[in-house]
Amino acid sequence: MKFKGGIHPQYNKGTAALPVEEMPLGARYVVPLAQHLGAPGKPVVAKGDRVGRGQPLSEPGGFVSVAVHAPTSGKVTAVKELPHPLGLEMTAVEIEADGEDAWWEGVQPRGAWREMDPAALRDALRDAGLVGMGGATFPTHVKLSPPKDKPIGTFILNGAECEPYLTSDHRVMLEQPREVMEGVGLFMKVLGVTKAYVGVEANKADALDALKAACPPDLDVAFALLEVKYPQGSEKQLIYALTGRTVPAGGLPMDVGCLVQNVGTAVAAYEAIAKGWPLIQRVTTVTGAAIRQPKNLRLRVGTPLGDVLAFCGGLTEDVAKVVYGGPMMGIAQFSLDVPIIKGTSGVLCLPDAEVVQYLADACIRCGACVDACPMGLLPSTLGVLCERDRWEDLEDFNVADCIECGSCAFCCPAYRPLVQLIKRGKAELRRIQKMRQQGAA
Amino acid sequence: MSMEQDKTGASPPEVAAAGGDPPAPPPAKPAPPDKAEPPRAPRLVVSTSPHVHRDQDVPRIMRSVVWALVPGILVGLWFFGLAALQVYAIAVAGCLLFEWAFRRMLGRPGTLGDWSAVVTGLLLAMNLPAGSPWWLVVVGCLAAIVLGKQIYGGLGYNPFNPALVARVVLLVSFPVQMTTWPAQGGPLTVDATTAATPLGAIREALSVGQTVPQAMAGADFPVWKLLVGMRGGCLGEVSVIALLLGGLFLLRKGHIKWQVPVGFIATVFLFTGAAWLGDPERYANPLYHTFSGGLFLGAFFMATDMVTSPVTRRGMFIFAVGCGLITVIIRLWGGYPEGVSFAILLMNAATPLIDRYTKPQVFGAKRKLYEEAKAA
Repeated sequence: MKFKGGIHPQYNKGTAALPVEEMPLGARYVVPLAQHLGAPGKPVVAKGDRVGRGQPLSEPGGFVSVAVHAPTSGKVTAVKELPHPLGLEMTAVEIEADGEDAWWEGVQPRGAWREMDPAALRDALRDAGLVGMGGATFPTHVKLSPPKDKPIGTFILNGAECEPYLTSDHRVMLEQPREVMEGVGLFMKVLGVTKAYVGVEANKADALDALKAACPPDLDVAFALLEVKYPQGSEKQLIYALTGRTVPAGGLPMDVGCLVQNVGTAVAAYEAIAKGWPLIQRVTTVTGAAIRQPKNLRLRVGTPLGDVLAFCGGLTEDVAKVVYGGPMMGIAQFSLDVPIIKGTSGVLCLPDAEVVQYLADACIRCGACVDACPMGLLPSTLGVLCERDRWEDLEDFNVADCIECGSCAFCCPAYRPLVQLIKRGKAELRRIQKMRQQGAA
Repeated sequence: MSMEQDKTGASPPEVAAAGGDPPAPPPAKPAPPDKAEPPRAPRLVVSTSPHVHRDQDVPRIMRSVVWALVPGILVGLWFFGLAALQVYAIAVAGCLLFEWAFRRMLGRPGTLGDWSAVVTGLLLAMNLPAGSPWWLVVVGCLAAIVLGKQIYGGLGYNPFNPALVARVVLLVSFPVQMTTWPAQGGPLTVDATTAATPLGAIREALSVGQTVPQAMAGADFPVWKLLVGMRGGCLGEVSVIALLLGGLFLLRKGHIKWQVPVGFIATVFLFTGAAWLGDPERYANPLYHTFSGGLFLGAFFMATDMVTSPVTRRGMFIFAVGCGLITVIIRLWGGYPEGVSFAILLMNAATPLIDRYTKPQVFGAKRKLYEEAKAA
């Protein structure tokens, strides 16, 4: 099935043919305690402590929270506020590597997932600090704990990778298909589901073939090539494309009995159980015309961005923007002192010539954004309402359903910053609704 | 109104100047940045996603419209000659001048670069008779740019199609000049005599007690002449084929949606067809109605104006059907032989209302689908 709306940006997936390279060990790592949606963790180490590779540096700060772990062995040199990719300074653990890269004694294989209890698997994934690695970084164990009245019947593996430029998921599917499929089986076991779908965009047919060939015979998995269209990898659009089910507005995938996980998360889950590895490494695409040697890299979480860029030959002189993630939803960075975090699927380096700086014009009501919106919203109207501070009217236009995919702003001929306007509008509306609730109480 | 998108003050040249050297890449272990001399960090642009943009902007859309108008303009020049050229030249120059002058007067940034004034000028000229005196055209430009557009805030804020505002202002202010149709004189020349428009001829005949078949026999407007453009009328409206050519180009480019021209033209055809079947003595046949007057110009180039028409496909279709209905009502029973301009302006006024009631279906808003899915 094809979802309505969406866009066809330039894909620029030049790194798709580059095998994943292991980035050599660095001298310094910075591990922020907040790398997931939800409460940040509480530090359990202090300056001067020696830590082993994979040792927990924090404990979860609540149910919707996970720990972070030491990316390598070394000495904690600071626990303090340091630049975070979200643009703020946040508490992070700084580690000086000792170069030995010795595992912490607590890192032990957890067993074979086929023989393990679902609850034990879920706890092990939580202890491994697993979060959604597609970029949203929602704690995996929370997603795997649906309420009793929302049973999950279908597991979906998201291999769409619809963001332009990014090829990390593509490479993982090609190079580690067995780990990916074992991860799928593991998730199915945790959820107790018997049916799974694997969806991959049609421009990565080789990846789908690889997964198909690596699928363990005991799993009932349907493999599907999806239309190449952004945002194919958005949960609601993906579920619709694969199963024909429509997640209700304001609802979650579990409302239609589905659960979606990203390719990278599947591998991390498998490794967390089979090898006992906490989430301390990931595959990241470093790309764009402003990086001298684009690469797909296997990186330790906490590697300073500057080290990564240097390993890729450095930035070109005309660099103008460095983005964490893809060009459609990625976050532009203020500083090169930030670390790679669990959700960093890509580092996109754009040169001056490709960075659009502009003055927005008035909306000419061409309707391009209306055609492009995969959620059936009226971005043009939302933008105008936000511009005029008419926050409460946003409710009538379902602003909360916006997934901020950027399709509207991408195709706006007046270069209106629609996502920016809508994000602001959502925040203002939430504030008003909260005030209303307090007033009513 | 405009706002700055990127929050950093880093304009491109500054970025280049401050770009500096990236951290020198030592082969194995990069030195921690707090040791030795820290490399100068490049200045980065920070803005909200998305960080890429489709290759499309307002001036490009407007230039496409200009290209799409070219066939209609050329046919007008062929049939009406230098008189037509004069009207086009004054209209475009006038619109540009008023746009420039008025923005300047208000202290607003110039907008000549968006090409919308050129489009307005061309469309205004296409809606005027070939022999229009220069002052009439200038008044039209003033009405279009100032009254139709800039007093609302400029492109994007105008509720009515500027060229049509001008046409109607002129039509009610200078009815004689606006309904004096020079006869086509042959290639590139205009005749000194005047001629009736196809719709005017019928209106005339009915008013002296003739029937429509009698009027049509006297007027000599076979369908092929209407298609080619051999008839009296406004400069740009005469040739159905030329307008269709331009319209198809815009459809292909995606700048107009089929819902508008198809809805508009089909409504006129069906409605006039019904009237004709009911009483062929009183009403002309639907082909005659479809191919005469300003219907094709209106349906492909005026009703499709993005700013003043609805944003959703469904809204566009409702808008177009409304245009068609009002056009036919005016033509058959109203005070004017032609009603396309009035119809579009009236529907322009209804656009916010249509938009309000044609909001698209939000993804997942359908309750039923959800229940079905749960059952499955």
